Amino acid sequence: MAIPVIYNLRSVRARWTSAIVAILGIAGTVSVFVAMMSLARGFKMTLVSSGSTQNAMVRRAGSTSEIDGAVSLEQVKVLQDAPGVARSDAGPLVSAEVVVIAAFPLKSSGTDANVQVRGVSPMVLRVRDNIKIVAGRFFQPGLNELVVGNHAATSYQGLDLGDTIKFGGGAWKVVGVFDSGGGAFDSEVWADANVVNQVYHRPENVFQSVTAHLTSPGALGAFKDALTADPRMTVEVDRERDYYDKQSKTLTTLIVVLGTIVAVVMGIGAVFGALNTMYSAVAERSREIATMRALGFGAGSVVFSFLIEALLISFLGGLLGCLLVIPLNGLTTGTMNFQTFTYLAFAFRVTPELLLGGIAFALFMGLVGGVPPAIRAARQPVSVALRAL
Amino acid sequence: MVRVDGNGGAASLIHVRGLDKKYTRGGEEIHVLQGLNLDVDSGDFVAFMGPSGSGKTTLLNLLGGLDVPSAGTITVAGDEITHMSASKLTDWRARHVGFIFQMYNLIPVLTAFQNVELPLLLTKLSKSDRKKHVETALQLVGLGDRMKHYPRQLSGGQEQRVAIARAIVSDPTFLLCDEPTGDLDRKAADEIMELIGRLVQEYGKTVLMVTHDPAVAKQAQVTLHLEKGSLVDAPEGAGKP
Repeated sequence: MAIPVIYNLRSVRARWTSAIVAILGIAGTVSVFVAMMSLARGFKMTLVSSGSTQNAMVRRAGSTSEIDGAVSLEQVKVLQDAPGVARSDAGPLVSAEVVVIAAFPLKSSGTDANVQVRGVSPMVLRVRDNIKIVAGRFFQPGLNELVVGNHAATSYQGLDLGDTIKFGGGAWKVVGVFDSGGGAFDSEVWADANVVNQVYHRPENVFQSVTAHLTSPGALGAFKDALTADPRMTVEVDRERDYYDKQSKTLTTLIVVLGTIVAVVMGIGAVFGALNTMYSAVAERSREIATMRALGFGAGSVVFSFLIEALLISFLGGLLGCLLVIPLNGLTTGTMNFQTFTYLAFAFRVTPELLLGGIAFALFMGLVGGVPPAIRAARQPVSVALRAL
Repeated sequence: MVRVDGNGGAASLIHVRGLDKKYTRGGEEIHVLQGLNLDVDSGDFVAFMGPSGSGKTTLLNLLGGLDVPSAGTITVAGDEITHMSASKLTDWRARHVGFIFQMYNLIPVLTAFQNVELPLLLTKLSKSDRKKHVETALQLVGLGDRMKHYPRQLSGGQEQRVAIARAIVSDPTFLLCDEPTGDLDRKAADEIMELIGRLVQEYGKTVLMVTHDPAVAKQAQVTLHLEKGSLVDAPEGAGKP
């Protein structure tokens, strides 16, 4: 049988000042790691949740994002008749869209930040049926009216309901606020696509992307096949969710890589903290270890016992780190989305998986910091250590 | 019967022949034990005396399987321990040896009960059987009412009693005592020696003890002196009836 765990529990408690150094080191590392990962997760979830699995996003072939896309009105018409497009009494559920960037002052700092202004079709709320007008009303087609995402409304000056704001050479009235349920659209400002084209002196009847609502998520294959086989269409078709997933990759990868680098550097420090704590535990308890060995506990039992202790300490550190980071969940922050060069609001997402990942990272640090001292404990000569003071 | 001349029968409980132990310290070889012979029968109580550095503790460590000799053999109850692997030796210690140390060597974060229970965790006894054994051992050493006390809550004499309970709880083949009274005042030392004497007389335990103290050594049936790496009968010690 192994050395009883109660021995480790009480030993940690008896030497808590030493254990606390390792616990805090691991807690700090885990909290930074989980915070960074929840930032990446929040960013990704914000973008991915913008896209629907039942929507198809059509852009010019070869374009990497909407900004550099171009779809003509003729192509939009072909697309409206493609198989799989859902229809309503008002016609096919398709929104031909243009995207421009306008700078608005942030309420928090007064500095300008780029906002994505999306020209949409009047059908857009039926195409993106998860988006709801939560205040005011939808814009009237043909008028210089705006509906703004709720993050945009709360983040920027001049975008409150009823405000009139000048940009792009026109004066716009904010007539409504919409909510996309935490997606990227919440950071956008929407207007009639034709009006945006006119005000910005863009070519008429040329759009940057088209979003089509399909009869079902499974209808994408037939829709895509029909468009790619049509010689009039030189377009790229993605499921809308996949498009936003791809959009999130650059920044998500950047945050994950940076977060990992920071966590590894801090982790090395935390491992040294754990090593120090465990080596001093072994040194202080060499006589106890030797006594156990004399009583007949094997070297393996000693290694196991000290590993349990290191894992216990690191678990406490991991737990503390997770507790520290949980209040961040839902906290909204914002960053530049490098795909669109616009400001995107998103929230930290501290998920159970990330917390489990944090605990696993803590246990890993405990293991790395615990193995060498545990081996030293088992290897020290019993006859000498028995007489140690 | 205890013999140091190498003529003891193979039937003796502890059978040591030609035991050598050398250390290298600072490039110099130190011969601590040289060709030591010893035969101890079951139920014997032997005291080892000798000046500091004479090898008393080294001998005890070798007999207890805590160290390996440079040459020679040690056979205990038919098992030759000198060529056992480290893990076999560990198992052997658990079954055959009860250690009593000068500084008691109790685990400070465990209660008296838990300290005494430690050797039993290496047996197949059930929890309830372990409890019975521990209670019996602690009652035998007169600490039945101190089971939940931690070592820091006990006097030195009481700590050593707990250590004795721990040494006997698994009913080992023999007890090795390394200066068991070395850290105690005279009164506590007398009580401990009386307890060890009882273990020999009433329970037939075999005890090998290292001590500096002639008064303590007198409690043993035989006192042997370590001289120049070998054991010799002490003129004054051989024969407490």
